[in-house]
Amino acid sequence: MNAPSPPTVRLSVRDLRSRFGGPFTFDVAAGECVAIQGPSGAGKSVLLRMLADLDPHDGTALLDGRPAAAMPAPAWRGAVVYQAAEPAWWEDTARAHFAPADMDAVAAALDALGLAGALLDTPVDRLSTGERQRLALVRSLARGPRVLLLDEPTAALDPAGVARAEALLAAHLAQGLALLVVTHSDEQARRLAHRILRLEHGRLTGA
Amino acid sequence: MNAIHLDAWDLGAAALLIVLDAGLSLRLRLGVHRQILGAAVRMVVQLTIVGLVLRQVFASASPAATLAVIVFMVGAAAREVATRPRQRLERWMNYRISAAVVACAGFATVLLALTTAVRPTPWYEPRYAIPLMGIVLGSVLNAASLALDGILDGVVRERARIEARLALGTPLREAIAPLVRSATRRGMIPVANQMSAAGIITLPGIMTGQLLAGMDPIEAVKYQILLMFLLAGASGLASCGAALLAVRALSDERQRLRTDRLRG
Repeated sequence: MNAPSPPTVRLSVRDLRSRFGGPFTFDVAAGECVAIQGPSGAGKSVLLRMLADLDPHDGTALLDGRPAAAMPAPAWRGAVVYQAAEPAWWEDTARAHFAPADMDAVAAALDALGLAGALLDTPVDRLSTGERQRLALVRSLARGPRVLLLDEPTAALDPAGVARAEALLAAHLAQGLALLVVTHSDEQARRLAHRILRLEHGRLTGA
Repeated sequence: MNAIHLDAWDLGAAALLIVLDAGLSLRLRLGVHRQILGAAVRMVVQLTIVGLVLRQVFASASPAATLAVIVFMVGAAAREVATRPRQRLERWMNYRISAAVVACAGFATVLLALTTAVRPTPWYEPRYAIPLMGIVLGSVLNAASLALDGILDGVVRERARIEARLALGTPLREAIAPLVRSATRRGMIPVANQMSAAGIITLPGIMTGQLLAGMDPIEAVKYQILLMFLLAGASGLASCGAALLAVRALSDERQRLRTDRLRG
């Protein structure tokens, strides 16, 4: 991991809160991975959704020093991409979810994850849960985010699939991506994250 | 016009059919006899009251009385539209959207007809304005409630898909466009069906009424064509209006999908 020195703060979270959780205050540097762990219902998804500005909230999040409110919401969400635990698909095939210009990067990501290119043209509802989950990761990365918010991104994968997904994420971290990943797996948190935030009853209880 | 006068005995004979329905329900244990009898009584009372009120309003030819009747009709139609969807928006938004859509679509088409095609004197002549508004509101009610229900229900069903697109930086307008299109289409299908079936599968109500009242068939057909155009226009306005206002009520300045504003 070649963390830039001094680390540039990519995402600053200041007093972010809603009636479902918070207040949250922390920073994530470029190239840093922060794991978020805690029991079900602790507010992990609440935090990620607030960071993606998908739910109403108080407090601010800043991307490279620029507050979310100063950016149009779609521009913020295009840079701070959130991937739900069960990613949804709105077209018949995965391919229809990608811009033609991104197809080279998509092919490389599929290869890194060990997915056959033919899956792109298989009807989405005939794909396995694990295939859909990995394709969702490809879809999120294809957006070229500066911050990626992942909710249990490898829950449906076998150990080999998990290792490939983590390697792909590590490669993007090395290029300066800031990553927040909600995971139940302590091993994954240890392997991937530089820091672990623990969340209980909607509050951070320390690293 | 030489309408054949109906007396109480004529209606009584037809009422036997209601008794027949109730009998069938009892015999076959359909359990709808109370509903049928109740609805029949309600229908008779409602129509009698309407007849008495309209006779007064037509006789007085007063603009204030005409407006009062029309406002009452618009209010009743708006209430129907607002209460049909299973999902309710908070802060009475169902009612506010319905009232706005029903009033705009209804007045726009009826005023157009009164000032261009029909042109009675005075232009607000209740004998024309009230029935025109009534038939237009029937279509508006259908179109607006289908479109409103399509959005409110659809947004719950499609929430994960819409939010997945938002989360990738897609503007809300684009992420929700498929739902808006399908809801608006739902609202406009009945009037499209009505137009293509008119005359072959069904004799539309107005035309039937005018034929029974002794009008020349060609004159009756011309009226019916005019009305169909009005209904099509009103349905389009009502569907689009209901769908767009519902989407506005379900979003905010940060282009979020605010399903938290729905009470299922």
